[in-house]
Amino acid sequence: MDGLLFFMEVVVGGLLAGTMYSLVALGFVLIFKASATFNFSQGAMVFFSVLAFCGFMQDFNIPFVLAFIMAALLMVVVGLCTERFVLRPLMNASEDTVLMATIGLGYVLEGLAQAAWGVEVRRLDLGIGDFPVPWIADNLKLFISALDITAGLVAALMIIGLFLLFKYTKIGLGLRAVADDAGAASSIGIPLKHIMLLVWSAAGVVALVAGCMWGARAGVQFALVDLALKALPVLIIGGFSSIPGAIIGGLIIGATEKVLEVYIGPFFGGAIEGWAPYVLAIFFLLYRPEGLFGEKIIRRV
Amino acid sequence: MVQNRKFKIGNPILEVNDISLSFGGVKAITDTSFNVLEHEVRAIIGPNGAGKSSMLNCINGIYKPQKGTVSFKGKVVPQITPNIMAQMGLSRTFQNLALFKRMSVLDNILVGRKLHTNTNFLEVALQLPKVKKEEKNNRDRSEEIISFLEIEDIKDTPVGKLPYGLQKKVELGRALATDSSVLLLDEPMAGMNVEEKRDMCRFILKVNDEIGTTMVLIEHDMGVVMDISDRVVVLDYGKVIGDGTPDEVRSNKKVIDAYLGVEH
Amino acid sequence: MKPVFMTYTKNDIINFCVLMVLGLVIIPTFIKTEYWYTSILIPWLCLALATIGQQIVMGYTGQLALGAAGFMAAGAFACFNLILRVPELGFFGSLIVSGLIAAAFGILFGLPSLKVRGIYLMVATLASQFFIVWMIDKFGWFKNYDSSGIITAQDIVILGVPFTTPLAMYLIIVFVVTILTLLAMNMARGSTGRNWMAVRDMDIAAESMGVSLLRTKVQAFAISAFYCGVAGALFAFTYLKSLEPVAFDIKLSFKILFMCILGGLGTINGAYIGAAFILLFPVLLNSVGNNVFHGAIDATIISSIEQVIFGLLMIVFMIYEPLGMAKLWETIKQNIRPKLTSLNIKILKSSKVKNPKK
Repeated sequence: MDGLLFFMEVVVGGLLAGTMYSLVALGFVLIFKASATFNFSQGAMVFFSVLAFCGFMQDFNIPFVLAFIMAALLMVVVGLCTERFVLRPLMNASEDTVLMATIGLGYVLEGLAQAAWGVEVRRLDLGIGDFPVPWIADNLKLFISALDITAGLVAALMIIGLFLLFKYTKIGLGLRAVADDAGAASSIGIPLKHIMLLVWSAAGVVALVAGCMWGARAGVQFALVDLALKALPVLIIGGFSSIPGAIIGGLIIGATEKVLEVYIGPFFGGAIEGWAPYVLAIFFLLYRPEGLFGEKIIRRV
Repeated sequence: MVQNRKFKIGNPILEVNDISLSFGGVKAITDTSFNVLEHEVRAIIGPNGAGKSSMLNCINGIYKPQKGTVSFKGKVVPQITPNIMAQMGLSRTFQNLALFKRMSVLDNILVGRKLHTNTNFLEVALQLPKVKKEEKNNRDRSEEIISFLEIEDIKDTPVGKLPYGLQKKVELGRALATDSSVLLLDEPMAGMNVEEKRDMCRFILKVNDEIGTTMVLIEHDMGVVMDISDRVVVLDYGKVIGDGTPDEVRSNKKVIDAYLGVEH
Repeated sequence: MKPVFMTYTKNDIINFCVLMVLGLVIIPTFIKTEYWYTSILIPWLCLALATIGQQIVMGYTGQLALGAAGFMAAGAFACFNLILRVPELGFFGSLIVSGLIAAAFGILFGLPSLKVRGIYLMVATLASQFFIVWMIDKFGWFKNYDSSGIITAQDIVILGVPFTTPLAMYLIIVFVVTILTLLAMNMARGSTGRNWMAVRDMDIAAESMGVSLLRTKVQAFAISAFYCGVAGALFAFTYLKSLEPVAFDIKLSFKILFMCILGGLGTINGAYIGAAFILLFPVLLNSVGNNVFHGAIDATIISSIEQVIFGLLMIVFMIYEPLGMAKLWETIKQNIRPKLTSLNIKILKSSKVKNPKK
């Protein structure tokens, strides 16, 4: 029985940690849905936004809420600049070219963040402890961190919000039209620029939220960029254009890597969570390249 | 239609039997059968969306039909892929140009010589004598094709920089370079002016006449089709509605209806 | 221009001779400071070699791969173990076998390229990066059960002669890199390279011409990994002089990606240009920081600025010249040459006009 309980604990812990990946993946999906662009700089945006947030709070003593709003606004500015100086000139470029440009953008954001706020690890205190919730520990005998639960709730809220936005608002409809065929959409009067700006800003804010969660757990540091890379296998499993896919993919990756790490890791000296998600992604690519929720793309000749 | 041709029209070299193809419920081709005789010029015509290009894509293995078989040189091909068909001696051009854009005209045509290249990468890296000999043969043949198509002056230009008409010519050249016995030409004259079309027809007929290459071509210009083809197959809504010599097809009631449009 | 020797034109041969004289005579005679060899020339040539590997798979075959450092690690540790356990092979023998071992990994992790492309492939190749480095790190055998984590690389000994001075190691690298570059050029200009580029530019058409996608892609991955493996071994044995898996992390892979793209996709000389730029630019920036601002700017800020500039350059090149510095150089040459000749003609004309007056 203890074994089962322990397994449950590992799985639940993994699932909740997975929502953290989902939060990062969500930013990728937003931009991909609206512009069919893989924004490789999403990880850098996570790092940039949360470092800015910490910088405002700790270096200028700006109160929590105000600093958060300022960081969010900063991300809107980043979105604005990206739209104007990177995406618009690359309107007709190939997918791979845009992807390379976003890798460059990632470098710019990482460099700027470090130039402005330094390279040392910063602590971020959200007032939520990263320790087991006593009530759950007592009643269910599961040791689950409060931070994990918060991340799960935040992720759920964001998904619901974004889902409603995409499904039921005019902006959402415009977004989907732009994603399908930007040229056709703009020719019937959908303001392409505004939609791009909106999406990049939304992705920026999502990045900030994800950054806060990660930062509270692991400290705000450069390693966040590498952690954010794990959102890529999440996207492959969930499908690049699906918001539910990002969540489910995150949960799958989170749970699988924890289970593998705990049960198989010890035989290999541990740390297999560093590559296990990627290998899992390869298997998905071989059997279901469009991911669980992605749309199958038929190549026309 | 040349009467005294060097290569007499022979037996069926390519047979399409009962092919059906659909894209997720949308039927592109339904139970289509026709054949192509050795050394003939065979045209496939039909209104837009009749399934002509899909037909070529099935023959060459880019699309996998749900039903039906393709026989080539008397044998049913069990697993059709573009590569296998190329090796068996069937090459093609594409409707929307599928050239190697960043490569020069000469290099594009040299890729067509792939099946006449037997040296491996190690031999190429070491530039063994046999590599040089083979490369020279392939280059000579490519230059021959280039001068045949009268495009010597652009042979070192990257094809992406060429105008449409010339790109079409290069694509024909690349297909010719394979020395295949059958060529599938998907709208080789689309978007060309009268003069360019006349040139293209001349090249196609000349190749057919001199080397005996069997030609299967899709074309919209009726005048051209009637002039150069030996037999014509007409597709409409994925079905064969007419098959025969240009004269037979021209007087076929169904074909006239499909082109002029009748109320059903 | 007609080739006069193998596939090389007269210009190629002149360039080759100039470079060889420069690399084997002028540099060894005039550069005496060790710093130049150990910190600039040696890493430059090693990384340029790895970048040629990246070029083959990405620039020529068009497959977005991001795992060069993983293959370099495989090569480096293979070389260490071969010299340790199979000393009969000798240094060059070990180097070649290391490349082959890296190539085997290349084949394995290149297989997803048959199914996927673009970012999907990139993620798949990241698996190789993380897996190989992890494997070396976790299995003691690869590190000969050394617990310190950093192993000193063996001295390079060829036929009983030790090559340990910076100049000697530099000469070894020049030798290896020259041969491998020539082989890569032969492939790139021959039928092998044409198949790669055909797959890159239009895979379906390539297949219809009889080019096998499976063979071509797997071959490109294998050759690419071979180059990275050899480069990794040289990098560890001559530049780092130690072996630690951390040296081959994802950052190095990104660096090589940048060298490849900024240098110019689909060119061999682009690999050298890109590697030189990415390597020398920080050196330049640091010396500006030290000499102009006299250390007033913090070193971390300088490295952050460097990162920003690399990122900006990447964006600018993607927008204005996706084919990189090699193409830019080519364009400049083409624009300058006619101007120069027309200038010459003008001068000639004016001198002709002046002549009768004399």
